[in-house]
Amino acid sequence: MTDYVTNAPADDETVQDTVWTQEVAFIDSVPRWIAMTFVFVVFIGTWQLVTSLGLVSPIILPTPMETLKDMIFVGANLLTGDYMLVSLWITIQEVIIGFALAIAIGFSLGVLVGETAFGEKAVMPYLVAIDTMPKVAFAPLFVAWLGFGIESKVALAAFIATFPIVVGTAAGLHAADENARMLFKTMGASRMQTLIKMKLPTGLPQIFTGLKIGAVGVMAGAITGEFLGGGKGFGELIRVAASQLNTPRVFSLILYLSLVGLALYVIVQWTQRRVVFWQKETVGSYDG
Amino acid sequence: MNTAVAHDYSGAPLGAPVYELTEVSKTYARNHVIALENVSLTLRKGSFTSVIGSSGCGKSTLLKIMAGLIPPTTGRVMLQNRAVTGPRRDIGMMFQQATLFPWKTAVENIVLPIEIRDGKAAANKALDKATELLDIVGLKGFENVYPNELSGGMAQRASICRMLITEPAVLLLDEPFSALDELSRDMMNMELQRICREQEATAFLVTHSIQEAVILSDEIVVMKPRPGRIAEVVTVDLPRPRTLDMMTTPKFGEIVDRIRGMLDKGEDM
Repeated sequence: MTDYVTNAPADDETVQDTVWTQEVAFIDSVPRWIAMTFVFVVFIGTWQLVTSLGLVSPIILPTPMETLKDMIFVGANLLTGDYMLVSLWITIQEVIIGFALAIAIGFSLGVLVGETAFGEKAVMPYLVAIDTMPKVAFAPLFVAWLGFGIESKVALAAFIATFPIVVGTAAGLHAADENARMLFKTMGASRMQTLIKMKLPTGLPQIFTGLKIGAVGVMAGAITGEFLGGGKGFGELIRVAASQLNTPRVFSLILYLSLVGLALYVIVQWTQRRVVFWQKETVGSYDG
Repeated sequence: MNTAVAHDYSGAPLGAPVYELTEVSKTYARNHVIALENVSLTLRKGSFTSVIGSSGCGKSTLLKIMAGLIPPTTGRVMLQNRAVTGPRRDIGMMFQQATLFPWKTAVENIVLPIEIRDGKAAANKALDKATELLDIVGLKGFENVYPNELSGGMAQRASICRMLITEPAVLLLDEPFSALDELSRDMMNMELQRICREQEATAFLVTHSIQEAVILSDEIVVMKPRPGRIAEVVTVDLPRPRTLDMMTTPKFGEIVDRIRGMLDKGEDM
């Protein structure tokens, strides 16, 4: 027979561990905080550049510095409980009441549509029809019906936020698979038991998706309501500042307003993580 | 039917009939399809019966009728001398997917059938029994683990416990391990045999695998489609308890070949 040949190197000197490094592209290896700071700096830098080169009029786009100064002014006003805080509180009330209403109505309609054949056949088509309408166009109607107080804004906010919650709930109730349904049947479960012990918990991820979309919509509804229906909320402050061409003020008011929206979203997200603890983090969530 | 040579898991002659189907037929009125025609079948206490056949042979319809999920068009369906007119406590069922609910721990999933039938208090009382069952299927220590942390095979073991918690008189198994890889499947089949022996269970298995049917069963019901009917009942007289080694014996191969021959003829129709 032939000699047994190995592919090991003949001399000890070349014998080494086969250790090598996998290449990772630089852009994928940047830590999160550096990446975020980088984007922020580029954004502010471009903004600064555009304003200092005089490319646009200062009335249309104030410098970052002017905006920062105004943010500090607005922040101080809010912290000292001045008129801006009063306005902000009105808007927050509209958002909270509007969201609560949207959850109550949206969830009930969602169960009706998702659980009963009647709801699916007779109610869903109308909901789809209304959902395709530009809901903001109803704002004058709400003002006419409910006046210039917070009621008309609550109504518009709830109106906009209801539909995603209906859709999320109905989709959630359809999420249970055939096996789970069959299993519940073989256990002799009643319709109510199947709904409460199986279909609703199974559908919680979709229901929460609806709630998150609703949380964004309720904010937009409240502010649109204030733009179109007056009142004393934060939207009114923005409208007045804009009409005075006080652009730095508009910017800083929007920024503080977005904090309210963000807070609402984070609360829903946090609740979801606590309630739907078994759900794996989806792609695109904040902690990756 | 030839039941003369059938024995239970310990080798003793079979017990009394537990589940009896007499001339059962099912016609779907909507499209005039005859899903089942004159199916008669007896499951004896402590026996293991498999049903095998190509798709459309009516085996899922048969299983649904036996589980009380759908009514037959004609015929008698009797479990423990009572007509099956709906889902019942003494019927245990297991599916291809483990279908454990992720918001419940392993034991909570196992006592779910009791929670549904008797309420939360009764379910809490059954927790000890669920823990015992987990021990039997080799999942001791996994009582308070959520299903996300269980492998496919472990999840199916837990779903066996859920099926056994109500002490059913008959176990209906709908391709229970077909979603597992082959190594796990063989192992789970041996586990299933052991559990059935210990519990003296009467089992009815729907499967696509001839090998699986032969290694587990006392009798194999071969079904043919259009209309769905029983073509033949094959008695498997391999000794008990079965081991995986038996799959290489000539006798095993003979039975497998015989069943495959019957199924091939069915394809031409």
